[in-house]
Amino acid sequence: MTHAALPRPRRALALWLIAAGLLLGIGLLTLAVRTELQGVPVAALGADGVTATPALLERGAQLAAAGNCMACHTARGGEPWAGGRPVNTPFGPIYASNLTPDPETGLGRWSAGDFRRALLHGQSRDGRLLYPAFPYNHTTRMTTEDVDALYAHLRTLPPVVQPAREHGLRFPFNTQAALALWRILYFSPGTYQPDAARSAEWNRGAYLVTGVAHCAACHAERDVFGGGSVDRFGGGLMPDGRWWAPSLHDPAEGGTQAWGVDATVALLAGGRNAHANGQASTLGPMAEVVLHGTQHLPESDLRAMAVYLVELPVQPVKQPGFEPAPDAVLTRGGRLYEQHCAQCHGDAGEGAAGAYPPLAGHRAVTQSSPVNAVQAILSGGFAPATRAHPRPYGMPPYRSTLSDDDVAAVTSFIRQSWGNRAGEVTALDVARLR
Amino acid sequence: MFPEILSRLRPWLMAPLLCAASATTALAAPPRTVPDTMAQRMLVCTACHGIEGRATPDGYFPRIAGKPAGYLYNQLLHFKAGRRQAVGMTALLDPLTDAYLMEMAQYFAALDLPYPAPATPVADAATLRRGEQLVKVGDAARQIPSCNSCHGDRMTGVQPAIPGLLGLPRDYLISQLGGWQTGLRRATAPDCMATVARRLSGPDVTAVAAWLAAQPVPADAKPIDRLPAPLPLDCGHDLQGPAAMKGATR
Repeated sequence: MTHAALPRPRRALALWLIAAGLLLGIGLLTLAVRTELQGVPVAALGADGVTATPALLERGAQLAAAGNCMACHTARGGEPWAGGRPVNTPFGPIYASNLTPDPETGLGRWSAGDFRRALLHGQSRDGRLLYPAFPYNHTTRMTTEDVDALYAHLRTLPPVVQPAREHGLRFPFNTQAALALWRILYFSPGTYQPDAARSAEWNRGAYLVTGVAHCAACHAERDVFGGGSVDRFGGGLMPDGRWWAPSLHDPAEGGTQAWGVDATVALLAGGRNAHANGQASTLGPMAEVVLHGTQHLPESDLRAMAVYLVELPVQPVKQPGFEPAPDAVLTRGGRLYEQHCAQCHGDAGEGAAGAYPPLAGHRAVTQSSPVNAVQAILSGGFAPATRAHPRPYGMPPYRSTLSDDDVAAVTSFIRQSWGNRAGEVTALDVARLR
Repeated sequence: MFPEILSRLRPWLMAPLLCAASATTALAAPPRTVPDTMAQRMLVCTACHGIEGRATPDGYFPRIAGKPAGYLYNQLLHFKAGRRQAVGMTALLDPLTDAYLMEMAQYFAALDLPYPAPATPVADAATLRRGEQLVKVGDAARQIPSCNSCHGDRMTGVQPAIPGLLGLPRDYLISQLGGWQTGLRRATAPDCMATVARRLSGPDVTAVAAWLAAQPVPADAKPIDRLPAPLPLDCGHDLQGPAAMKGATR
């Protein structure tokens, strides 16, 4: 029965009901936004000073590494931890704050309670709601002891005077009301709750990966409002659109299920590994995560993270049906490959052990998104210089050597050679990443 | 000769192999091994810079071989910190440690490669005279020290961190001096080169670049060990060599 078929009095009643429902909805939402804007009083957080013992400070330093806090809170060429680096979101740039203990421009006047409220409830010292570019939907899962340890660690940094830079967000994303709405939709405060059915190691891994390490901040699938889950890693474009954070649920994308624990630990500790199907190395933002973050973690924590990651449920990413690129594109790509790539990656894309990744069967090449393959060709790069591999080999950028058509042809060629069966790449795809 | 023929035939030799590969899911070609050397690792640099520098439509990639190690190291740190800008350099250096950057600098500093002959000068005689005057004598009235008072009388640079001025094309020299004038190219403070560059007029820059680009590089192009007199300006710690280059970790 359709709506139009209702008799007239019942139709009027239905309209009234809809109107009343809408009003009620708006009323409830307003109430929720108002409550959200009020936030949580610091006094409710029960922090009464933190005694910085050596053990607490060491724990704090490790948590800071796990969260790779310094990477976002340091501007290029700037003083470490003094803020100013932009996170380029689709809503405009957000500039990281100064975490040094300078009283005027940093955290100098912050109490342990203020800090707990920021990490666990996403509020600034004055109570204002913080932008979720600071991943407090993850840090809220930390224990208060860990938050205090991080606080104690930050107090030991040399203070730097550097005022915060104003964010460049567009209206309405720059309003507190928009933040309140975002929080109602996506933010659920609360400490990580261990899963009793799992091992202590798995729980430790889950606590780190979904908490302070905020892996899903990049690896989660995001909706149009920038919302994503803390423990689902479906993959997607990085906020600045320049790199692709692959799904951790699909071993053909970025999942480590097929690697096993040891190879996963090796990647997080050293930036590259050898595994049953070849070798992998980190590039771009993940290289930064390893360099400043994970390589500094104790082996036990890396193992815990790896245990959690290899046991993530497998959900294959939907691949479009395979269509070979036109012969002309592949011929052109093959010629370019021989000229620019074969010297290091080999005539059959076989790579060189420990130096140049194989391209045959390499998932960074065959991923559903060609973004990382194109980015690697345009920008080149080194694997991170870690303690395990301090002198990495690298790849030159081809941005100035190859045209968009050239990059498209050679990327299509490597995605469709030596048994690789991934989609063609167009010059437009390349132009977007230049 | 034989390998060359082979490489020409490679597409034909490869064709059946590729067909076979596409029929299976993955080709099980074992990875090769490459030498575990700096020379192998640094192919990534010479791909753009060439052995003697390289001109491309996107600009000139300067030669890096034989420059003082401290100078090269400083430039790598400057790129990483955003004090110098060139397409691609910063992102490339981001995941590397200062220790590795120093090893790179030392590797290239130790290379001893011949320089090509200079380009024929494109400026008139008066401009070249003006250029030579600024390079060798400077202009005391405008507080412009001679280039040679810092870069050495032979213009081949000074250990550990002052570069030579020869073997570079005119356009590259002009764009670097211009970069210092506008702040696009910087060093850590006190940035003495910026101070000098800002005292130069447009015609001064053209004259200096034209004259320098036309000079042959001497057979022994190694940087000299020390200058006969103190530097005319305060250049800070950057020029005192690796031991003084601490603190720049990002």
